[in-house]
Amino acid sequence: MSDSLLAAIIAFALFSLVLGLRTEDAATGLTLEPRPALLFTVVAIVFFGRLALNLFVWQAEYPLTAPFAKLFNSEPFDRRDRVTLAVAFVFGAGWLLIGLLFGEPVYELLGTVVVLFVGLGLLRRFIVQRFPNLPYAQMFIAGGILFALFFPIVTYALESMFRLGLPLRYWFDLSILILTYVMLGWGLNIVVGLAGLLDLGYVAFYAVGAYTFALLATHFGLGFWICLPIAGAAAALWGIILGFPVLRLRGDYLAIVTLAFGEIVRIVLLNWTDVTGGPNGIAGIPKPTFFGLPFSPFAEGMTFHKFFGIPYDGLHALIFLYYLILVLAFATNLVTLRLRRLPVGRAWEAMREDEIACRSLGINTTVTKLSAFATGAMFGGLAGCFFATRQGFVSPESFTFIESAIILAIVVLGGMGSQLGVAIAAVVMVGGFEALRHTEGLQAVFGEDFDPALYRMLLFGIAMVGIMVWRPRGLVSTRAPTISLGDGKNISGELVSEGRG
Amino acid sequence: MAYFLQQLINGVTLGSIYGLIAIGYTMVYGIIGMINFAHGDIFMIGAFIALIAFLALTAIGVTAIPLALLLVLIVAIGLTAVWGWTVERVAYRPLRDSFRLAPLITAIGMSIVLQNFIQIAQGARVKPLQPVITGGYELYSQGSFTVIVSNIQILIVATTVLVMTGFWLLINRTALGRSQRACEQDRLMAALSGVDVDRTISLTFVLGAGLAAVAGMLYLLYYGVIDFFIGFIVGIKAFTAAVFGGIGSIPGAMLGGLIIGLIETFWSAYFTIEYKDVAAFSMLAIVLIFFPTGLLGRPEVEKV
Repeated sequence: MSDSLLAAIIAFALFSLVLGLRTEDAATGLTLEPRPALLFTVVAIVFFGRLALNLFVWQAEYPLTAPFAKLFNSEPFDRRDRVTLAVAFVFGAGWLLIGLLFGEPVYELLGTVVVLFVGLGLLRRFIVQRFPNLPYAQMFIAGGILFALFFPIVTYALESMFRLGLPLRYWFDLSILILTYVMLGWGLNIVVGLAGLLDLGYVAFYAVGAYTFALLATHFGLGFWICLPIAGAAAALWGIILGFPVLRLRGDYLAIVTLAFGEIVRIVLLNWTDVTGGPNGIAGIPKPTFFGLPFSPFAEGMTFHKFFGIPYDGLHALIFLYYLILVLAFATNLVTLRLRRLPVGRAWEAMREDEIACRSLGINTTVTKLSAFATGAMFGGLAGCFFATRQGFVSPESFTFIESAIILAIVVLGGMGSQLGVAIAAVVMVGGFEALRHTEGLQAVFGEDFDPALYRMLLFGIAMVGIMVWRPRGLVSTRAPTISLGDGKNISGELVSEGRG
Repeated sequence: MAYFLQQLINGVTLGSIYGLIAIGYTMVYGIIGMINFAHGDIFMIGAFIALIAFLALTAIGVTAIPLALLLVLIVAIGLTAVWGWTVERVAYRPLRDSFRLAPLITAIGMSIVLQNFIQIAQGARVKPLQPVITGGYELYSQGSFTVIVSNIQILIVATTVLVMTGFWLLINRTALGRSQRACEQDRLMAALSGVDVDRTISLTFVLGAGLAAVAGMLYLLYYGVIDFFIGFIVGIKAFTAAVFGGIGSIPGAMLGGLIIGLIETFWSAYFTIEYKDVAAFSMLAIVLIFFPTGLLGRPEVEKV
């Protein structure tokens, strides 16, 4: 009780001025508009929320969250757990039913969440208990790869056969976006996850790749396939140029210099108007072609749909882009997995674990660091090249620090060094973030003028803090060691050093 | 000469603000070894609290300058300190003994949260404030160019010197400062010798946020406009200042702030204003190449 009161007082202090009073523009300057109701609501939510947490979770003899935790860590249930789960399930189903019957979106939303959470948890628990020895991780990876390979083709075929009205354009756009972040995450993973060098300016290489292609294509008319390796090489070169001066720096000094480098690149792109177009960016970047066949209904000569003798459809280009980024992302992954087994990859991991021991074993840390920077940067550049051709337009707006932060967050939230974790984190963060755009349910809860777009970044930030506090080692915190003596056992993320680069 | 002198005055003013924020970064780094990415946004919240407190005081009729300024300062420091405390409690304390990148990610997340919270609560537009302190002194005249030091610049430098002196005494002469330095040396040993480590770290955040609030108020008075995004770029500059001076060293943070302020002002005055940030950041890289731990930083001991 006293604890909740304290929380309410602190909440009042926090929000009294910034939430309780709103500055409004007026003819004579700024005026204040008091919003006592909003302030009171927020403080009340904090008070009762804290009270409920204290009564039922934190200080309770039997925390209400315990059975839900047991659902996912496969501890045995006792009678109380079964009752709690049953009550939760019945309530959830009831809400869902009421929501469906009376058209209450709030109940529908709540009910669906509860039913799905409990139902899927029980199902997972049942399967894991029945078949404890199945290789779940491998099955999951195989399933993911199969899904990624066939998802556009299958949905496209279904749509063109049965006219289901699926929002394919939106799905493809979203999955291309997610795959771009997966590729960027895997690229940065080489630098941060394997070599342990904290790079806060990764987006600079993405920008170098994008602008390299944009400039070459608009000035010299070069095509995507020629520019792709050039963009990768240019970004790798910049990785080395950046790497050289900062070789002596360690840890956070390295972090701030890479951040500064990212900002420098952005500022130069913004102000060097003659070459980069300044804040207007570069438009008119050619769309990709299917090995020379353009995707266009009107183009002269041979086009994609004429060549294959099928009717024109704008989705063809999207599907092609999807497979393009899928191939690029898989290439990143394969190269990483291969490199990890080669001497250079082992040197990266050794350097992450202990730089001094690494040096005393005769490993050249200069070359090791530069190779990590260059390899990571190269994949960033390739992704940038893809980004430029997808958008058809680049501007400095797309390469802000927040992008670097999101990519780094994907790497760390996924579990450093874990390829699977990075992919999952990209889906969760980018996909979940995007899903907030389409939340009629939320709109129904908070009224018509609730604009989810405004709250997207706020929720994104809260999710970053929440996931990290809940699982500090990332979503996938165990992984098989790269090399081992005898049988390789999965090791916990706790045992992997974070690197002080 | 006159132009140079004027830029010197402007640079020192800007540098004072950076220095005040840089102390917050450097203290937190010294004590728990993390970059508090949300500190720039704490500064931004301080500026907003000061703005709203100003407007509220005007609304209830308190307009006498010294009194109003003092009240705003107290309110801003107090409430911003609560923000600093809360951020530490929510986002950093649960991860105290986790691996090093975890609190960095929560800090970036917290920074996004704070920025967007203010954007939603107060709107995305630039918030102007009528000039509160006007006037100045003509120092020196050369041809048609007159060097002016405005009252607000005097106020900023004087407040900074005063606050920093007070802060310096606090760190070097009180029990709090002693436990802070003890935690910096070795947190476990400090805990064993009876220092309440959690409390010390909380107080470090509270102190840093208080200094950021002072900086926020001065920034508001000096520029007269703020928006929800100022925390990012000013925060990065202040952090650069902290690294420049040698992160973990409090005199280093003051010196770094001053240098960054001067570099930026002189670059804008004599070269192109668009590239002032590039100049500051490049200078940072160059200094770090020759002094890998900053100007006044202690060399890192390599443990084998």
